[in-house]
Formats: sequence, structure tokens, C-alpha cells
Amino acid sequence: MQTQAIRPLKFGLHRFAAPPEFYRLAGRLIPWFGSAAALLAAAALYLGFFVAPTDFQQGEVYRIIFIHVPAAWMAMFIYAVMAFWAGFGMAFNTRMSSMWACAMAPTGALMAFLALWTGALWGRPTWGAYWAWDGRMTSTLILLFLYIGFMALHGAIDDPRRADRAAGVLALVGVVNLPIIYFSVQWWNSLHQGASVSLTRAPSMAVTMLEAMFVMTLAFWMYSIAASLARARAILLEREKRSSWVQAVAQG
Amino acid sequence: MHWASWQDFWAMGGSGRYVWGAYGLVALALATEVMMLRARVRRAREMARRTSDWSKKETQ
Repeated sequence: MQTQAIRPLKFGLHRFAAPPEFYRLAGRLIPWFGSAAALLAAAALYLGFFVAPTDFQQGEVYRIIFIHVPAAWMAMFIYAVMAFWAGFGMAFNTRMSSMWACAMAPTGALMAFLALWTGALWGRPTWGAYWAWDGRMTSTLILLFLYIGFMALHGAIDDPRRADRAAGVLALVGVVNLPIIYFSVQWWNSLHQGASVSLTRAPSMAVTMLEAMFVMTLAFWMYSIAASLARARAILLEREKRSSWVQAVAQG
Repeated sequence: MHWASWQDFWAMGGSGRYVWGAYGLVALALATEVMMLRARVRRAREMARRTSDWSKKETQ
């Protein structure tokens, strides 16, 4: 298109709020976030399996940490962002914000599930149990149920705007669970180990282990952005299939 | 490098099934999500195209 070349390079978040602009921009950004995720994941796997040393207590099985912690962090982080956009959509009646919230929920749920699964496979050889009703594990399971509840409630209401509001209330109430997950290892000192990384103390891990974990977290983060943008595009097309811009996109 | 051989690497000090079980499922889950998302966008475009053909017929 000719007009695109002469359009001034203005990049603001408000542009994302216009559905056709968002659709176009998200389509352009997804390959970048996806490639960043793949490269970072490759680097993190190299660091995690070939650079990070064997743990003197746990041996090799500790290497599950390089996916367990990033998945758990992303599950919590995505929930916070999802609740923010769900609340924003309710407060300002902006339909795009609510669509973003819906786009993040399945990826967040997947991250919560992966945190629980990798945790179970780590718990079995180190504690002797796949599962225990420990504070952190239970609150993470509740996080997974909150995601599932959000999606189920949204899916159960036919009118999308009413569904946005109802699911939004659930998302906002569920925010209470985030500090519970975070502080659970301090409040109920049971099976799950304490934080290896804290804002106030020096980390209790070797530097190369931390590097592998952080790079994998970045990889999961980039992946989650790519997945959420892709899902947001699909939701947008599904919801606005009668609008003229979607029909123009579909024909082109 | 702390692996004597590939065999040693896959064994993961005897915890191979736990480590690879965790990594394998994560890889499988993310790959499945990517495929499902691609299919969903394709389906949504297809549906929009059908809606548009139908509304064109309607106006003619």
C-alpha cells in the first residue's frame, strides 16, 4: 500500500486499541516475539544442561528448575496482566482490553499446569511424592482453577460484553490468590522449598543456574506474548466477523 | 562440560525419566498450543470470508 510508506512513524499504545490497527500490528509482531522465544529457549537450554553445574544436594534432577520456575512465574504474571486488562475493560468499557484478557487466559492456564506438572516430576525423586497439599502447591492449583473458571464463565455467557464483565469480576477477585502464592512458602513452612531468588536477599543458587533460569523466563515471556497476540487476533476476527474491516481482511 | 557421553547426558544421573518427562511435556504442550492457535486464526478467517460472501449475496 502506498499510504503506509508515507505514514509517519508513530508508535503509541493507543493505536493497539483500534481493532484493524491491532490486527495488523499484532500480525507483524508475532514472528519477532516467536523468534526471540526460540532463540532465548535455545540459549537457556544450553546454559541449563551444559554450563550449569550439578547440584551438590540434588544431583541432576534439579535441572527441572529451569522450566519449573519460569512456568510458575509466568502463570502468576499472566494472571496479573489478565486481571488488569479485564478490570480496565470493565472500568472504561473498552472491548479490546477484555479481548486481551480472554486471549491471555489459556496461555496462563497452560503455564500453571506446566508449573504443577514439572513440580510433580521434581517432587517425586526429591521428596518421594508427586503431590502434597502444601501451601504453595495448593495455591498454584487454585490459580489453575481460577484460569479455568474465567474461561468457563466467559464461554457460558452468550453476549460477549456481558461475558467480559462477569469473567472480569472473577478475574479481579482471584487476584487475592497471587500474594498467597508468593508468601505461601513463608506462611506455611512445609514441603516446598523457600524462594531461591528474593528481592531482599542474595540468591541461594550458583550464578550460571540463575542465568539459565532467567533466560528461560525471558523465553517463556516472549512465547506468552506471541501466543496471546495470536489468540487475540483470532478472538477479534471471531467477534467482529460482520464488520467491514474483518471482511476486507478475510477477502485479502 | 560435565557429561562423559551422550548416554550419560540422557541418563541425567539416574533421573532421566523425571527430567525428560518434564521437558518433554513442556515442549509438547507449547508445540500443541502453537498448532491450535494457527488453526484457530485460519478458522476465524475462513468464517469471516463465508460471512462476507453470504452478505454479498444478500445485497445483490
